[in-house]
Amino acid sequence: MDATDLALMRATQAGLPLVPEPYQALAEQLGISAEQVMARLVAMQAAGSIRRIGAVPNHYKLGYRYNGMTVWNVPDAHVDALGAQIGQLPFVSHCYHRPRHLPDWPYNLFAMVHGKSLAEVDGQIAQINAVLGELNLGGEVLYSTRILKKTGFRSG
Amino acid sequence: MDNIDRQIINHLQDGFPVCAAPYQHAAQQLGISEAELLARLQALLADGTLSRFGPLYHAERVGGALTLAAVKVPPERYDEVTDIINAFPEVAHNYQRNHVLNMWFVLATETPAQLQQALADIEQQTGLPVYNMPKINEYFVGLRLEA
Repeated sequence: MDATDLALMRATQAGLPLVPEPYQALAEQLGISAEQVMARLVAMQAAGSIRRIGAVPNHYKLGYRYNGMTVWNVPDAHVDALGAQIGQLPFVSHCYHRPRHLPDWPYNLFAMVHGKSLAEVDGQIAQINAVLGELNLGGEVLYSTRILKKTGFRSG
Repeated sequence: MDNIDRQIINHLQDGFPVCAAPYQHAAQQLGISEAELLARLQALLADGTLSRFGPLYHAERVGGALTLAAVKVPPERYDEVTDIINAFPEVAHNYQRNHVLNMWFVLATETPAQLQQALADIEQQTGLPVYNMPKINEYFVGLRLEA
């Protein structure tokens, strides 16, 4: 990441210009050529600095009304292996190891699940339970009950 | 949202070309005109069906910092604390959740130092402890939601 990459990131933070030649539009804004903009975007994708270029739908608008943050307490020695397995389930959008905050918060494995009905999400949670098996020391599902703020910014 | 919108959403979740006229390229694959694709994307963004269209950056790999944080907000202070936390430009999303830890937000900053400062400022302005839960390891980020 050099200063030009950073400028390109800032210029696209709100999204790609909706004009026939968006990379040319960015190039004019940054004072470089469209070829340079495209080369940098390709390089940042190859390096993993850009996860992908594309559309991010609003779950709720597509009918995915049940968005559960499932959280689990699993032994630290097993969290990486279990996280890798849970992350591969087809309905999990994000899966992370995060710190516990004892005694209030004993959970160290987070997996976001999405469904169009509560029954669908219940089935997903049952599948996670099945993967964790005896290593599941407890879990909870937190549903969002209200969106308090949502900006266009998306990253991970 | 009609079938063409659904196809656009499904197709463009998989990626977008880097070439001189990428909308034309994508429109051809969808069997519509470039002008129609641009108009529909504009409408899908305006009505919130799409929350974003463009490059998605990996915060840590671009030098930035990102965390998930939660607060136990007393019910009688919920609106007040919402206003305080939402006023921080570093707060990208904020959700009410059905738990004692009833407010969960994502903080995103360009540097790790700014993140720590924002967390400290939120604690100071709300008078409430912030449970900071930065990721220790990432197993999966993605998922295509079928429209």
